[in-house]
Amino acid sequence: MKIGITARGPTIDSPCEERFGRAPYFIIYDTDSGDTAAIQNELADAPGGVGPRVAQLMHTNGVEAVISGRVGGNAERALAAAGIAMYAYDGGGTVGDAIAAFRRGELMRIV
Amino acid sequence: MYERAALENNGDKTLKLAVASGKGGSGKSTVAANLAYAISLSGNVTLVDCDVEEPNLHLYFPSTTEEQVVTTPVPVVDDERCTQCGRCGEFCRYGALAVTGNGVLTFLEMCHSCGGCMLICPEGAIHEVERPIGRVTTAHPLPRLTLITGILNEGEVLSPRVIRAAKEAVGADPVIIYDSSPGTACPVIETLEGCDACILVTESTPFGLHDLRLAVEVAGTLGVPAGVIINRSDGKDAETRAFCDEHGLPVLMTIPFDRGIASLQGRGELFSRAMPEWQEAFGDLYRKCRALVGRPV
Repeated sequence: MKIGITARGPTIDSPCEERFGRAPYFIIYDTDSGDTAAIQNELADAPGGVGPRVAQLMHTNGVEAVISGRVGGNAERALAAAGIAMYAYDGGGTVGDAIAAFRRGELMRIV
Repeated sequence: MYERAALENNGDKTLKLAVASGKGGSGKSTVAANLAYAISLSGNVTLVDCDVEEPNLHLYFPSTTEEQVVTTPVPVVDDERCTQCGRCGEFCRYGALAVTGNGVLTFLEMCHSCGGCMLICPEGAIHEVERPIGRVTTAHPLPRLTLITGILNEGEVLSPRVIRAAKEAVGADPVIIYDSSPGTACPVIETLEGCDACILVTESTPFGLHDLRLAVEVAGTLGVPAGVIINRSDGKDAETRAFCDEHGLPVLMTIPFDRGIASLQGRGELFSRAMPEWQEAFGDLYRKCRALVGRPV
């Protein structure tokens, strides 16, 4: 399963970003192979309407679950329609820390 | 959709004045209402409330109104024809469509009615329907004064569309006064576009001057000649006047911080109606505005 984690930088050691649509990067982590890939978010500074567009980006990249801090109403609706689960992480750590917490089943599902 | 040409073909004889300011609460509506009242004593004038998120000029001019609905075209996706290719969602920069594997989701309040999704859909699966977003009301509160008010429905964001509709509702009066919303963003630009001149209302505070600078830049960028009114002046206007001198902006009027004016204002009355000297002053303002655009009375 692929999970998308909102991040401030392009690696697994980058800090997590609390915002969903305006995260500078998304780290796509494959829970089966352990592979990671980074997507730079071209919409991070867009004026508006980023939530649904980023949800579509997650869907296009085959992401089945997202880890982020918080999510707006429109993004929530789009994620739910896409069948993408969202888990809240507010531990203040790195992408790697968030993945570890997810694997331990510590993160609460919010979408 | 947006019939700009219709607005621009009003003929050269019409004088179109916008009243704007960077700062909110500086006195735009006060100036617009009193100026329109003074002009109406000798000729026909239309006053247009372009502050569509919170229009309030009607408070000065209680009257019955006629109302028309303002709509904007938004997409509808035909699920039978849609292959969920995702092109519309990738195209829409406002996030009004998202393709997520379970049909196309629409977020219609985000739609800016550009029609691009309809053009880009390879299946011809998108058509448009009209969605109401606001109203325009027309009133005739005084024999020679028409008041047109744009009203954006709650929860909507497309104020420029409602402003345009209010501007399109203007008839053939020789003078049109457009009362803008504060700030320097899209609604202000929509209001100022096509105007012959712009009155910028400021107050003699650091906040007034700061926002006046921004408003002057907007008017300059749009190529609209501007003049300044200093409102609620405490007499310490040197800095504002220096700024105006430096930028070649005439100070068209100074309204003092005066208890008599404030108390009339507080009751929703026009101080130029109650105070004859101000009736004359606003008539003079009108002549200065005509001079500003090179069309003296």
